[in-house]
Amino acid sequence: MSAVTGTNATDSSARTRALLTAADPGRRRTDRIMQGLIWFAFAIAMVPLAWLLWTVTVEGVGRMSIDFLSLSMRNIFGGDPGGGIYHAVMGTLIITGIAALISVPVGILTAIYLVEYGKGWLARSVTFFVDVMTGIPSIVAGLFAFSLFALFLGPSVRMGIVGAVALSVLMIPVVVRSCEEMLKLVPNELREAAYALGVPKWLTIVKVVLRTSVAGLTTGVLLAVARVIGETAPLLVTVGVTDSINLNPFEGRMMTLPVFTYRQYQQGYAPCPAGESATCVADIAFQNAWGAALVLIVIVLTLNLLGRLVNRWFSPKLR
Amino acid sequence: MTITDSPPRAGVRPVRRRRSSDRGFNRAFRWISHGAGITILVVLAAVALFLLWQAWPAITAGGEQLATSVPRFPADTSLLAYVGPLVFGTLLAAVLALCLAVPVAIGIALFISHYAPRRLAQLLGYLVDLLAAIPSVVYGLWGFLVLAPVLTPFWLWLNENLSWVPLYGGQASTTGRAMATVGVVLAVMILPIITAVSREVFLQTPKLHEEAALALGATRWEVVRTAVLPFGRSGVISAAMLGLGRALGETMAVLMILSPGFSYSLDILAAGQHQTIAAYIAADFPESTGLGINTLIATGLALFVITLAVNMTARWIVSRRKEFSGAN
Amino acid sequence: MAQRIDVKDLNIYYGDFLAVQDVSMTVEPQSVTAFIGPSGCGKSTFLRTLNRMHEVIPGARVEGSVELEGVDLYGSDIDPVAVRRNVGMVFQRPNPFPTMSIRDNVLAGVKLNNKRISKAEADDLVESSLHGANLWNEVKDRLEKPGSGLSGGQQQRLCIARAIAVKPQVLLMDEPCSALDPISTIAIEDLIGELKSEYTIVIVTHNMQQAARVSDRTAFFNIAGTGKPGKLIEMDETSTIFSAPAQKSTEDYVSGRFG
Ligand SMILES: Nc1ncnc2c1ncn2[C@@H]1O[C@H](COP(=O)(O)OP(=O)(O)OP(=O)(O)O)[C@@H](O)[C@H]1O
Ligand SMILES: [Mg+2]
Repeated sequence: MSAVTGTNATDSSARTRALLTAADPGRRRTDRIMQGLIWFAFAIAMVPLAWLLWTVTVEGVGRMSIDFLSLSMRNIFGGDPGGGIYHAVMGTLIITGIAALISVPVGILTAIYLVEYGKGWLARSVTFFVDVMTGIPSIVAGLFAFSLFALFLGPSVRMGIVGAVALSVLMIPVVVRSCEEMLKLVPNELREAAYALGVPKWLTIVKVVLRTSVAGLTTGVLLAVARVIGETAPLLVTVGVTDSINLNPFEGRMMTLPVFTYRQYQQGYAPCPAGESATCVADIAFQNAWGAALVLIVIVLTLNLLGRLVNRWFSPKLR
Repeated sequence: MTITDSPPRAGVRPVRRRRSSDRGFNRAFRWISHGAGITILVVLAAVALFLLWQAWPAITAGGEQLATSVPRFPADTSLLAYVGPLVFGTLLAAVLALCLAVPVAIGIALFISHYAPRRLAQLLGYLVDLLAAIPSVVYGLWGFLVLAPVLTPFWLWLNENLSWVPLYGGQASTTGRAMATVGVVLAVMILPIITAVSREVFLQTPKLHEEAALALGATRWEVVRTAVLPFGRSGVISAAMLGLGRALGETMAVLMILSPGFSYSLDILAAGQHQTIAAYIAADFPESTGLGINTLIATGLALFVITLAVNMTARWIVSRRKEFSGAN
Repeated sequence: MAQRIDVKDLNIYYGDFLAVQDVSMTVEPQSVTAFIGPSGCGKSTFLRTLNRMHEVIPGARVEGSVELEGVDLYGSDIDPVAVRRNVGMVFQRPNPFPTMSIRDNVLAGVKLNNKRISKAEADDLVESSLHGANLWNEVKDRLEKPGSGLSGGQQQRLCIARAIAVKPQVLLMDEPCSALDPISTIAIEDLIGELKSEYTIVIVTHNMQQAARVSDRTAFFNIAGTGKPGKLIEMDETSTIFSAPAQKSTEDYVSGRFG
């Protein structure tokens, strides 16, 4: 009796082992291949990132010098290796700064409206159109700002402020979206606790909601600035180009870093008579372009990093 | 962790009288924030109105009038026939970019949501997002000076060996300044947005359904195929639409890489065949005057309408999906 | 073919946290074994180690052995995917695939293995599985409708049909009735009674009457306190556990004095 069950047991045990090891090789292979492809997809995305950052660093770092950062391009012609990007950096800072001054209050207040007050069709349409606005092509934003100012100042208007308005159109929806997310993270109990103490709603928003989420809001604003600081096309049509320093956004053309990069790219190779290499560098324009691109990328990446770190370090632990 | 836990605050002033100034502030604050919301709507309406306003002279002007005052305006055509090739070029570039980007983006999104080591996933997500942070003018510079020369031999090979494929016909460019290169660069630029949205929906796949598939003896890929992808399908579609919207409006990369032309050709390896609306505006705007500017703004209006339609469709799909999942 | 499960000295971890300690038991074939015990004592955790679902949680691992007919499920030559195919599972909340029709839900597991199943074969399989889950009469007219349109009890039976369609050896059920009304619960319990002639069934339940009604043997798990590992206190014939358990804590639990 025991012998019989014994053979039965080994029998069925062998059968079970066959069942549990018999993985269909075809399915196994598909699984492996798909896993490989999915890893590969990620690797593929990293190639341009690494390649681009590497190129910009290598090509741009040679041009870095105090002169490059502190001079303008005034009276620099042809293959002259002098001059710098000071005017462009200042232009970028001024124009982006004004754009931020316009967008941040509107953006944060809209976010407050959506989170704290928003109900009904108005809130729904604001949400919807904020999303739609995120998709406005940057050149269209430029054309809009141009049209707006051309109405009053004629079709030859080129000023820093026009570019700032164009950037605001691009920046506002980004600020609204990210700040909305941050405000939503503030737990409702905090608000209710404040109401229970008799604190009026506006004070609750200012003192409780905004104060709790200030790190998140900063992050949102920084990322939004990073997003628009590299915009070229809208500035090209609204602010134009110049080789000199112009710090007045309400008068005349200004240079900005991205437009400077484009401008230098456009100049192409300089015609250099042979043997005059010290004062005439044939590819100086491209070198300038790479240098400006490097500065721009450093600014953008710093803003991004700063944004993430602010959020990580300063946001209160809500949960 | 809430305020109620901290005793002294409650004790100091148990019930605060509602002062009339508070009520005033309350109302003011409410109006200000409402106003900000309304501003958004006004701005969007203003964009449409002002574009229409400035485009109007070009829309109403006759073909001959445009031909005399707009550079490069071919004789004997209407505005529509003039914008046509630009719209075609814009769509071609965007669709090309989308075809390249969507499969890769789905792969990356799956990688981050389901394949990557859990601790690394967030960091890797940031890395992909960095692609979106790089300014488009830098993409243009890199595409023109670095990528195009590298891709050129490959394009030439395609042109030589696979020229029977409609897209690979024609005279391939020897500088790489063709639509194919633009498509690759645009694809890289729209990867992050498609990835980010798809990643979010993939992460929302109910654990319940993934485990159901696992318990039936599914491999990891089969779990993805039976539970994750069907669940995320509409999300991926709207992500692709958002990417399409980005690609349609991208200016600098196209402007700096593509050697322009105005035809309805499908030969993406050939130079001097295509141009997109955005790049065309950026190229010609600085030198234009009068009716020329109006014409450019009219083409900009066309771009605005196209991207608006694409984005609204995408958002509509997303919101419809929300309603569906809310019902369960 | 139903098969027996032998568990020897099993420790189950989530990362560093020992969730279940030192379990040894035998689950008899062609019978229903019930797991009972207070919440958090590791019943689900233990159940999920029986088909290697535990290891899909990051950081989760086991020590010891689980043998199906003498074959160690955690052996190096064993494919976890094959294990899950042979040890089916039904979850607490019904989880039919929302994007699939009722028919496709039933066939979901089969299609993974055999892509070229003919339509006639598939139809037969759908019918027999749904018959097996006592659902055929209710859904035969709407096989192409989405599975999420069914009632909760019907959805759970659909999940059972989906699980038995791949012809597993063992069926694990984690509180299959806890989301259902009494009528649906009775339907599922009847179904369990019928299924045990073909499968080895393990069911986790919080409902003592249910354990007493459906199971042949019962295992009682308990936990000394939060953060402590869960342990198997005793396992015996169901009638013994409910009338004359060996341990005091088992008696307290089944008589409702705690938990
Ligand atoms: N994914 C997980 N990660 C870490 N710990 C977990 C995880 N799942 C469960 N645990 C822990 O393991 C222990 C056992 O949980 P388990 O879900 O197995 O209990 P249970 O007996 O099924 O409870 P219930 O009757 O409520 O379903 C608990 O302490 C729980 O906190
Ligand atoms: Mg449980």
